Amino acid sequence: MNNTELKKEILRISGVNVKKCMKCGKCSASCPAYDEMEFHPHQFASMIDNGEIEPLLRSDSLYRCLSCFACMERCPRGVEPAKLIEAVRLTAIRKQGANRMTADDVPQMLDDNTPGQLLVSAFRKYTK
Amino acid sequence: MGVIMKVTYFPGCTLKNKARDLDEYGRKSAEVLGITLEEPKAWQCCGGVFTTANDEIATKLSSVRLLRSAKDADQPLVTVCSACHNVVKQTNHAMKNDIVFRDRVNRYMAEETPYNGETTVYHYLELLRDVVGFSNVAMAVKKPLAGKKIGAYYGCLLLRPGKVLGMDDPENPRIIEDLIVALGGEPVIYARRNECCGGYVSAESPALAEKNSGKVIDNAAAAGAEMLVTACPLCKYNLEKYSSKLPIVYFTEILAEALGIKEEVNE
Ligand code: SF4
Ligand code: SF4
Repeated sequence: MNNTELKKEILRISGVNVKKCMKCGKCSASCPAYDEMEFHPHQFASMIDNGEIEPLLRSDSLYRCLSCFACMERCPRGVEPAKLIEAVRLTAIRKQGANRMTADDVPQMLDDNTPGQLLVSAFRKYTK
Repeated sequence: MGVIMKVTYFPGCTLKNKARDLDEYGRKSAEVLGITLEEPKAWQCCGGVFTTANDEIATKLSSVRLLRSAKDADQPLVTVCSACHNVVKQTNHAMKNDIVFRDRVNRYMAEETPYNGETTVYHYLELLRDVVGFSNVAMAVKKPLAGKKIGAYYGCLLLRPGKVLGMDDPENPRIIEDLIVALGGEPVIYARRNECCGGYVSAESPALAEKNSGKVIDNAAAAGAEMLVTACPLCKYNLEKYSSKLPIVYFTEILAEALGIKEEVNE
């Protein structure tokens, strides 16, 4: 897919209208993963609008987002950036061999208290 | 108290092993408060996190099956884990309001009657507030928490997205604080009570979880909390792993303690 098609796909599966974004930055100011992200939630909105999808698809920012929905809750325009990040992440991992996490990664994540919830959640976000 | 309501109860995967406390204290307390929890015979894990993409169908089917089983039993559905509650309620909301998604799911499942989001979903805390009533909880207290300073930790999943979950004001919640008061404790309000602990990202980026969890606990301790209560096994895990400053317990544990049945559960 070229950037135009990717943009269409991401807008379709996220259901987000990026044109509503007024670039206030409140989403990024709210984001608890901000320091660890190369691209921040407000940049997802503007880059997707500009059709700059490839850099987002390659970025580790996709796997730093906590899906905490703070940006969704606090956006004054109802843009819901977390849904954009999810759509880009899915577009990245819905591809043969592109899983971020595999069963081989599990042993090193485990300690005596690791809840099943951690593993199922991580797999749902990182693996298709 | 006599039985005031029978509900379908979904414990979820983690409450069957690492988070048994959350489950067992919750079950015993419900009994005392007149709520009969009926666990469906066969259930599947909710998946832990809701996928917001509207073309994701398969990942949401376990929640739809669960919602349908509660509908068939003509009961509301109750969950006690923040994450299960989030996934199941968001899925129900989509089944009710997203016509394209609902039709796809119903066509795929090909049941005799379609499921259209009819089930009422409660978090256990909502059940206490809206069905039992916190004043009745207070009346059932046998061993009040004697002014213990307790911080409620909501984290991200219990309240957001506020419009979908409709549980409490997502920015200024009070449901856990009100429970703490009903149990005779003293709630401590602190700024980070609804900020994320680091969630599942701790699987691949422990540093991020360490930083976030540390900030939550430092903030709560500075505000005077002596302990934190949570409804989420992953929050508890992250908070305990990355700081030993404060004890972290499930809200069902302080409930059982105040109801005077904590020892019974541990027998
Ligand atoms: S959902 Fe992701 S992008 Fe949005 S505030 Fe949370 S961590 Fe940041
Ligand atoms: S908070 Fe909303 S309007 Fe403001 S920059 Fe973020 S997405 Fe755009």
